[in-house]
Amino acid sequence: MTPSAPPATAVTALPVLPSAREVETHCPYCALQCGMTLREQPDGRVEVAARDFPTNRGGLCQKGWTSAELLDHPERLTTPLVKGRPASWDEAYDYIVAGIERVQAAHGRDAVAVFGGGGLTNEKAYALGKFARTVLRTANIDYNGRFCMSSAAAAGNRAFGIDRGLPFPMADVAAADTLLLIGANVAETMPPFARYLTEQRGSGGAQIVVDPRATPTARAATLHLQPTPGTDLALALGLLHIVVAEGLTDAAYLAERTTGWDEVRRTAAGYWPARVERITGVPVADLEATARALATAERAIILTARGAEQHSKGVDTVTAFINLALALGLPGRPGSGYGCLTGQGNGQGGREHGQKNDQLPGYRKIDDPAARAHVAAVWGVDPDSLPGAGLSAYELLDALGQPGGPKAMLLFGSNPVVSAPRAGRITERLKSLDLLVVCDFVLSETAALADVVLPVAQWAEEDGTMTNLEGRVLRRRALRKPPPGTGTDLAVLAELASRLGQTGDGRSGAGGVRTPRFTADPYAVFEELRRATAGGVADYAGVTWERVDAEQGVFWPCPAADRAGTPRLFEAGFPTPDGRARMIAVEHRPVAEDIDAEYPLYLTTGRVLAQYQSGAQTRRIAALPGGPFVELHPDLAERLGLAEGDQVRVTSRRGELTAPARIVATIRPDTLFAPFHYSGAGRANTLTGDALDPISRMPEFKVCAVRIEPVTP
Amino acid sequence: MNPGNTTRHGTAVPRADRPRTSPDHVVIIGYGMAGARLATELSAAPDVEVTVLGAEPHRAYNRILLSSVLAGKHAEGDITLTEAAGHGVKTRTGVTVTAIDRAARTVTLDGGEQLGYDHLVLATGSQAIVPPIPGLESPHPRVAAFRTLEDCRRILEAADGARTALVLGGGLLGLEAARGLAGRGLAVEVVHGVGHLMERQLDPGASAVLVRTLAEHGVAVHLASAAIGVSADADGVTLRLDGRNLRADLLVLSCGVRADTALARAAGLRVERGIVIDETLRTSDPRISAIGDCAQFGEVVGGLVAPAWEQAKVLAARLTGAEPAAVYEPSAPVTRLKASGIDLAAMGTLQADPSCEDVSFADPARGTYARLLIRGDRLAGAVMLGDNPNVGQVIQLFDRKGVVPRDRRALLLGRALGGAEAPVATTSPALMPDQATVCQCNTVTKGALVRCWRAGARTVDEVVARTRATTGCGSCKDAVDGIVGWLSSSDSVGVS
Repeated sequence: MTPSAPPATAVTALPVLPSAREVETHCPYCALQCGMTLREQPDGRVEVAARDFPTNRGGLCQKGWTSAELLDHPERLTTPLVKGRPASWDEAYDYIVAGIERVQAAHGRDAVAVFGGGGLTNEKAYALGKFARTVLRTANIDYNGRFCMSSAAAAGNRAFGIDRGLPFPMADVAAADTLLLIGANVAETMPPFARYLTEQRGSGGAQIVVDPRATPTARAATLHLQPTPGTDLALALGLLHIVVAEGLTDAAYLAERTTGWDEVRRTAAGYWPARVERITGVPVADLEATARALATAERAIILTARGAEQHSKGVDTVTAFINLALALGLPGRPGSGYGCLTGQGNGQGGREHGQKNDQLPGYRKIDDPAARAHVAAVWGVDPDSLPGAGLSAYELLDALGQPGGPKAMLLFGSNPVVSAPRAGRITERLKSLDLLVVCDFVLSETAALADVVLPVAQWAEEDGTMTNLEGRVLRRRALRKPPPGTGTDLAVLAELASRLGQTGDGRSGAGGVRTPRFTADPYAVFEELRRATAGGVADYAGVTWERVDAEQGVFWPCPAADRAGTPRLFEAGFPTPDGRARMIAVEHRPVAEDIDAEYPLYLTTGRVLAQYQSGAQTRRIAALPGGPFVELHPDLAERLGLAEGDQVRVTSRRGELTAPARIVATIRPDTLFAPFHYSGAGRANTLTGDALDPISRMPEFKVCAVRIEPVTP
Repeated sequence: MNPGNTTRHGTAVPRADRPRTSPDHVVIIGYGMAGARLATELSAAPDVEVTVLGAEPHRAYNRILLSSVLAGKHAEGDITLTEAAGHGVKTRTGVTVTAIDRAARTVTLDGGEQLGYDHLVLATGSQAIVPPIPGLESPHPRVAAFRTLEDCRRILEAADGARTALVLGGGLLGLEAARGLAGRGLAVEVVHGVGHLMERQLDPGASAVLVRTLAEHGVAVHLASAAIGVSADADGVTLRLDGRNLRADLLVLSCGVRADTALARAAGLRVERGIVIDETLRTSDPRISAIGDCAQFGEVVGGLVAPAWEQAKVLAARLTGAEPAAVYEPSAPVTRLKASGIDLAAMGTLQADPSCEDVSFADPARGTYARLLIRGDRLAGAVMLGDNPNVGQVIQLFDRKGVVPRDRRALLLGRALGGAEAPVATTSPALMPDQATVCQCNTVTKGALVRCWRAGARTVDEVVARTRATTGCGSCKDAVDGIVGWLSSSDSVGVS
């Protein structure tokens, strides 16, 4: 049996021709979602061409150029695996369904967990949340976006009442007189975005980059601030202090458009420049220059990314930068504002439609009775049957197999064995499950641990929508059908729903219980998503695939088909009860694990240009250079007697990593850097800790204490 | 009333048998930076009741910023500190404590009211020293110390309409006051009794550069000048030096501070130059602690905010039981002069001895002076004046006892960290090695571009189509144009 049974809803208006040999779509990787054209050659090879889309303007990085090489890759999975052996889809489904029913009977509904990903299309993210809440009826669903966007999302929500990464189109970035980037290395993580930075500098703009490393982005900037890891919050408070001290606040804006300023101002009074200099290591003169450049610009933009956010104080750090932006009157001013740079391909849409533990589609809160009633009506279920909030991603992974924790997990679009913090411990937790089901198209490190692996389609084989870092809904279009033997994520969910007792007709099922409808047709799923999000914060009701095609994407919120999307938020007000932005006073606090005599160095982690996330895809592409390494400063290398390429062992309280040394003057002498794309001995997340932000539950990926030593042969 | 007592003492003593030593009611005398900070730290604990008694009539303010107020940068309202009230903290301003009864564990307020305490914290701060110079015995509107917000207001009142000012005392605060008044348009003269400015923090070389910098900002300095008399009248103030007189519209006194120990002394606590405390912040009475400017730890009497806040943190950890064994370990102070156009950081010792490396750089014409004393690869002391881009790194190395860079110049000159690599576009194509990466986004080397040319690509567009160079961030476009241009004009490689 194959999961590609005819969908329940007839496919209408699908713009993909069965014989298409060329299709306009977007890159499978990061949140920039560069426009690209895929062409199938007579020999079956797929050629990638860059497209002049408003986001990438004809640019692509080598990840995008080589993305099609994975379509016919020899390591592509084309048959289900049960306990590591090839199996039929029927066998695989039987195994899964029996496992789920056994675990639920023994341990209750919450014992079956679902783990999603920020790379899944809107349709899949939506269907996954619906599947968890209506078929499994488990509270325990979360996703890897928790490790990515959760701090910025929480800070945005509490300040603005909405979380859209960029509240303005990307083109505004190029026109800013002053641009402040905190913990963002776009020159490597989303290279075509750097075109906007080049243009911004080219027009004489001030470009200030905050990063403990002199990254390619930082080196191109007009000013680089190189703080001690984990001190961005103090930096933000220091900048606000200077803005106040020099009378550079926008008093009218603060009075009319914000609440909470008095307490924020008093907190900032405690962060005079010399104190902040001592905490951060950033010279007072540079702090002052930054504050002045922001305050005197006609158009100023402040952008944060993972460097500022992946901390146990990520929410407060982002809040402090939002406070700075509000004090300067930036949000809602033309060409100005605060934004965060989303990481994963659908990191934006993926956090809006219900794969988060506390959320229902449309960015609705799962504990809001009105939200539950609305979504339950769309799903055709009783609101009381919907579970409440479950565990957040790290807590969920950490609870697997533990007393009271989940005993089974279905995982889509994620590879936590490589990407989760304290990965050694998480690997053990995954291994302790009674049932682990992974949908993937290659045997990722996590899939390798699974009881059942279901082979699914890749991006060029499926239709759907993605929402990029600007909040622009885009179309992903299929060039060709998935290879024989593979299914799709949506089809897997529909089939499992059916086998787990859902009639799929939206009417009464066994015992008179109304059951929701699942379909493998992404168009039909999106139509349902529109209804489910209607009236929510992330309102897609007016977005259609046809409009996305015709308008080069549609910016949400878009509440009606006859209304334009919303490229710029906050022009008239903030979506808070009183229409004002909420300023929240925050204090700096130290990192969760500071350096000491035993672990005297900071480790920070991140990405490199040629690899993406856990590397499950990019490490399999021969044309992309890669391999683990540890960056360290020449002074430190000399003290240790290390030469370029020597094997080093880096140890934290949680484990060790071995990799070749890369000796660079671009890093602080007290700090090491390791990319997190790799597994095995080179896995950086073996070292990272599990301190979580109290609000976002974001782990502290960006700083932990380590020591380093040469590996003696 | 103390159900949360379980974490108070991290010992193996069973909960019920533990001695109840955690105080329920903490009274803090003094609502300055130390007292306010302690109240905020204590407010995190749910089961400690705190009363703060402040003599000044207003809420606590950031004294560090008074010179900014004087300079007109901060408004008075901008320097108030966060209030801890509402978290079990009661703040009473405008009340003076007249006595402490240690036996009854009460304090008496100026209205006669008595207040009981389980633990008492003295954060009474310090007072400006008025030097014993004839003419300063009684106050005059044209003469003001520079210590409190009230002082600041008096100076500003006197400065209103004034054209000239004198500042007696060339220490940190005196210089900040002088620069602030100069920024308001006054011609300012600083009189200092010693041969160089800020003699406890600076060496004569740094002082000389600082004098020059101050002059550029409207502040003249008289060194080694002892003041022997002051006479103030309705028109101005005359400061008599040995041999000459200086006249100005107002005189600011910045002659140091003295710990405010009167209450402690009257209560029979051990007092030397300050109220003597141990590493637990306790005075000679275990029920009474002292923090901040009024306290003396070892030979050091307070005077700086950083140690006062550290003391507040340690004391709060002990009083709430969060870390009952916490002790105060002083860190070496860093002095930072904050004034428009003047950037000065000084730390540690500048007394060189044969075991020290003494590294310095001076560019007096541009107001730059930097000197490092290094002992055993660690910074023993440093002074950095003027444009020193690495001042933040130097302060952190001193603070954290970090190992200094092997090349000491990295700390003295330019931006040491990063930025060392020349961008590819600025390198001449002919000189660029073949393995140099031209396009980072697509990992295209110069060699790959040359090979592409040799394989027949003859225009930038053709080279780009085949190599994908420039298609990422686009910043290598000029470099690729340059290489293709060089290949076009160079016979040696232009073979087909």
